[in-house]
Amino acid sequence: MSVDLATVRKIAGLARIATSEAEAEALVPELNNILGWIEQLGEVDTDGVEPLAAVIPNHLRLRDDVVTDGGIRDAVLKNAPQAEHGFFAVPKVIE
Amino acid sequence: MTDLTDLGIAAIRDGVAAGTFSAREVADSFIASVEKGRPLNAWLVETPEHAIAAAEAADRARTQGELLPLSGVPLGIKDLFATKGVETTAASGILKGFKPEYESTITSKLFGAGAGMLGKLNMDQFAMGSSNETSAFGNVISPWRRNDGGNAALAPGGSSGGSSTAVAARMAPGVTGTDTGGSIRQPAAFTGISGIKPTYGRCSRWGVVAFASSLDQAGPMARDVRDCAIMLEAMSGFDPKDATSLDIAVPQWEKALSGDLKGKKVGVPKEYRVDGMPAEIEALWQQGIQFLKDAGAEIVEVSLPHTKYALPTYYIIAPAEASSNLARYDGVRYGLRDLPDGANLQEMYAATRADGFGAEVKRRIMIGTYVLSAGFYDAYYTKAQKVRALIARDFDQAWEKCDLLLTPTAPSAAFALGEKSADPIAMYLNDVFTVPSSLAGLPAMSVPAGLDAQGLPLGLQIIGKALDEQGVLNASLAIEERAGFTARPGRWW
Repeated sequence: MSVDLATVRKIAGLARIATSEAEAEALVPELNNILGWIEQLGEVDTDGVEPLAAVIPNHLRLRDDVVTDGGIRDAVLKNAPQAEHGFFAVPKVIE
Repeated sequence: MTDLTDLGIAAIRDGVAAGTFSAREVADSFIASVEKGRPLNAWLVETPEHAIAAAEAADRARTQGELLPLSGVPLGIKDLFATKGVETTAASGILKGFKPEYESTITSKLFGAGAGMLGKLNMDQFAMGSSNETSAFGNVISPWRRNDGGNAALAPGGSSGGSSTAVAARMAPGVTGTDTGGSIRQPAAFTGISGIKPTYGRCSRWGVVAFASSLDQAGPMARDVRDCAIMLEAMSGFDPKDATSLDIAVPQWEKALSGDLKGKKVGVPKEYRVDGMPAEIEALWQQGIQFLKDAGAEIVEVSLPHTKYALPTYYIIAPAEASSNLARYDGVRYGLRDLPDGANLQEMYAATRADGFGAEVKRRIMIGTYVLSAGFYDAYYTKAQKVRALIARDFDQAWEKCDLLLTPTAPSAAFALGEKSADPIAMYLNDVFTVPSSLAGLPAMSVPAGLDAQGLPLGLQIIGKALDEQGVLNASLAIEERAGFTARPGRWW
């Protein structure tokens, strides 16, 4: 499998990274080089192997359903690029 | 009088307790060394006031007989750890100016144990790199130089390159690092210091800027094995705020340190003899085998057949997790915002991320997005998770024959800055010996074991069974006791 310019543009769109024409063109061989190298995994026989998600056996814990945090609005907003009236402010999304 | 910056963590702790010197004197010495070391670019933020406050508290605690495990010890903190009120950027432009409103669990524990903070350490951006060259705030320069008189600027390793440099250049007696695929062990090897990545789940990830969550582990880097054991004890422990934190007691690793390996079997994996490995690395490995035999261990050859697939597996799983974790940097809640004139919300996201992320971070996010995208998920991501299972199984099978594994830490000594930065895959290959144990979540440590012909440090790696940090520390100590590694970089800065 290899990527072309249209695919690179599509991935950049999914990743929400603005990419100029020149940057996208440069990424085509770069990503293909890495993907080509990764594809050696195709040689490995993985029939019947369960995918590994957790490396060290652990169990998911349950805790009491109680509020343990909150009431820190100002701290949450402290690093916001733009905070207004106690909220995060963003460009208008609905016309 | 001794230069206090020549002392490690145990010596500082014991000297402060005995009243040989004050914690304040120690802090002042390291603060001066940090200032003098600025040409190395290891620090992104200096926090002398924090180190002094902790030192004064330590001196008061001594008079009251209330010393804590790390009282009087000033540390460097990798910039991946959120520190309350102190800028934390992960060496990325996208977090420039970010001052967390909270303290990471690890730094809370260290400060709670009496340690002070000298500052925040430079690193590869979001911990993605093996040379510290992906930092948005400039390369860290290794204090080491080749003995050829060429004075080429060398890589301190990565991603914990500011951390390795701070210890090697005597700017801090100990530092925190993080290791996703070798980011503690490879820089430790490159700079002639020790560093351990504990079992996945030992150290809380809460408040550590996330890269690849199923792999990320914090650990200490210091001058020797004992100092690493002391720091690791203070850093480890259950944290309900991290869903993958292990709810088990922290052993007293320092107390149980012993370089006597009688009755231990150490495996030497034949697949770690890679093509093009310098003869010096092979010779160092043989030397390490002799050291461990001398310490009483029995050496056995073992096979880890899927070793060659570890790197490609890692370069699917880590970017996939990164692409998901780094989705949070969107210019809305914290960090950089780039809002071009008339841009809508989607355009703001894209402009902010284009502006704030470095080239290697973007490359990995793109790879991760691709391997997780519709139609490719099974072929790449699920396949990689299956191979990861086989890599973990290789280790399980090796443990039927041995207790520990001995390998080189890295396939070469430190390279020059710029030497590998044009070829991502050449850079990735640096982690060929460290990535497999990361994928399996196992504890692993690098200790300095010798110098190459150019006078640069080389490290050996000990890998252990899950939760056997003691075994890893003890075998590392056995190497340390026999290697007699005392070389240090001449002070040219």
